[in-house]
Amino acid sequence: MHIVVCVKQVPDTKIIKINPKTNTLDRRSAPAILNPYDAHAVQEAVKIKNKTGGTISVLSMGPPQAVAVIKKSVEIGADQGFLISDRAFAGADTLATSYALSKALEKISKDKPIDLVICGKHAIDGDTGQVGPGIARRLDIPPITNVIEVSEVNKEEKYVHIKRKQINGYEVIQSQLPCLLTVEKEINDIEYAPLPNMINAARYEPIIWSVNDLEDVDKTQLGLKGSPTIVGKMFSPPKLEGGKRLEGTADEQVGQLMEVLLERKDLLKLKTANS
Amino acid sequence: MPEKFDVIVVGAGPAGTSCAYSCAKNGLKVLLIERGEYPGSKNVMGGVLYRKQMEDIIPEFWKEAPLERPVVEQRFWMMDKESVVQFGYKGLEWAVEPYNNFTVLRAQFDQWFAQKAVEQGALLINETVVTECIVENGKVIGVRTDRPDGEAFADVVVLADGVNSLLSKQLGFHREFRPDEVALTVMEVINLPKDKINERFNLEGNHGTTIEIFGDSTKGNLGTAFLYTNKDSLNIGVGTTLSSMIKAKLKPYELLDYLKKHPMVRPYLEGGESAEYLAHLIPEGGFHSVPRVAGNGVLVVGDAAQLVNAIHREGSNMAMASGQMAAEAIVEAKKDGDFSEKSLNRYKEALYGSFIIKDLEKYKDAAHTFEKYPQYFKEYLPMMNQAMSKFFTVDGTPKKEKQKQIMRSVTAEKGTLKVMQDIYRAWKAVK
Repeated sequence: MHIVVCVKQVPDTKIIKINPKTNTLDRRSAPAILNPYDAHAVQEAVKIKNKTGGTISVLSMGPPQAVAVIKKSVEIGADQGFLISDRAFAGADTLATSYALSKALEKISKDKPIDLVICGKHAIDGDTGQVGPGIARRLDIPPITNVIEVSEVNKEEKYVHIKRKQINGYEVIQSQLPCLLTVEKEINDIEYAPLPNMINAARYEPIIWSVNDLEDVDKTQLGLKGSPTIVGKMFSPPKLEGGKRLEGTADEQVGQLMEVLLERKDLLKLKTANS
Repeated sequence: MPEKFDVIVVGAGPAGTSCAYSCAKNGLKVLLIERGEYPGSKNVMGGVLYRKQMEDIIPEFWKEAPLERPVVEQRFWMMDKESVVQFGYKGLEWAVEPYNNFTVLRAQFDQWFAQKAVEQGALLINETVVTECIVENGKVIGVRTDRPDGEAFADVVVLADGVNSLLSKQLGFHREFRPDEVALTVMEVINLPKDKINERFNLEGNHGTTIEIFGDSTKGNLGTAFLYTNKDSLNIGVGTTLSSMIKAKLKPYELLDYLKKHPMVRPYLEGGESAEYLAHLIPEGGFHSVPRVAGNGVLVVGDAAQLVNAIHREGSNMAMASGQMAAEAIVEAKKDGDFSEKSLNRYKEALYGSFIIKDLEKYKDAAHTFEKYPQYFKEYLPMMNQAMSKFFTVDGTPKKEKQKQIMRSVTAEKGTLKVMQDIYRAWKAVK
């Protein structure tokens, strides 16, 4: 079983500031971390590997310092990692990114065929969730999004059973292998990595590929050139006004809430506007 | 089978990193374990890094290390409630290579320094807490961490786990430190544009100033406050011995707030934006509190060995020097294949022969004296302010008469003998 997990280095958006004048992210204001959803993706790969055996590779695209997220993935339990890093990739939107990553995946699979690709649901700095499905489309394998459980992996008969999150409940599906999963956070808890993993990761040197190391690449589809997306405007959501806390017994609270709703009919309008 | 290293260093602060760096440079297999998210994430100091001891480890480090400003001026303030007596020195010889010292932000500097150790071949792992030393037949043979399969072994374990070193306490190297042996320091990093800092502190370019503040900055308690200039931020902080804080019922954050609002300090901070709040214990027991520093297969360095000179606000330099001395002892021990206490005592000898222990010995009674006799901070500093005020106020009194009045007011309050005694006592404590 060869599982490849795509990971991204992102600024920690819990801390990051937005420059109020230019409305751009002030990346210096926050440390770079492994995208939290991707950490769950690596953890899920480790869980699957513990049952089926095999190899976990991680793949990332980014500047040279993004090797840090590959090392972090090795801490969680990945066996090896690849970073594609080149000026040619810079400025890529989700279309160009998924193209570059799919080319790297093709190269990885030549060495060792890939049975499963796992991605995080989305990156916390862009929130698009497009790269995973974009890769699947390019590799012509099924994309399975919003995964909350991998119930069964059968590598002999090449299928997986998956639970997908839905608005009401979940959906159980079977898919062929290889396929691509994008996972939700609730799929697992990140385990506290064993010390030997930490030592392996400290020692591990990820494999770095430039654009010339990839094969059959159409350079016009890479980086800024290959990115049709235009960011029109960026803004921080307006600060929410402090609410009112209802206190007392449940009955009293319900009473107070009713009063508020009767007084402030505009609060109810939101709902009617949607329906 | 857990892996075996030549050296395991616990704690990636200045002491641990310096030891790991020097060991790795000498070809030893080193594991450096840090409990924080990254080296420096949990470390606090006022912010002055001394050039000499760092340069001994990495020559010309100032060309690449993340430093804030070279310090060209050191000011000392004896502060009362609405006044301050100042003295200091500013010299441009400190503005050029090789410099004297620098202001730094530890979160950045420690990361850089640890990376240097990694480049020398040390393995650094973060977010890992060493819970105890593994001891076999009276010899430390490794460490146990809080991680699954969390054991690792080594010929020598270096404890650089900071003030209150739980690991050396577990080994029985020291008792629990008393509240008068540690200081609690709180500080804030306040963002302020570079040009504002340069205007307010009378600085040019990247030049920096440090101000040490005594007296009302601690409400007369034993301790000091500081105000240091970074590139585009200020470090302001205050600390007193834990025992003073308990006795005077001071809350550290209230003390810092008091300092920030003090009329002598306030104008420097005006308009600044608070960026970070930090607090830490500082080992200030000095000479009498230095624990056992060497055992079978184990050494203790830096804050863990109480190596801080509170009078001269030196600590990180002593940490680095002690880490390097420990490394030298380990390299020699490795040559002999002997990691017994006797062999590792080379470190203790080096430490006690160096400026570190000599300086601590010089001031061994200073803190005790000033704590026991609070009049220096509580009475003499205000008196000094009143004297200066009187002397420089032009009111038609002849200067000679003023001098007499000042002397009279000092001795009248306390008696000539008392004053002489106080002066002698203070001199004895720091001579």
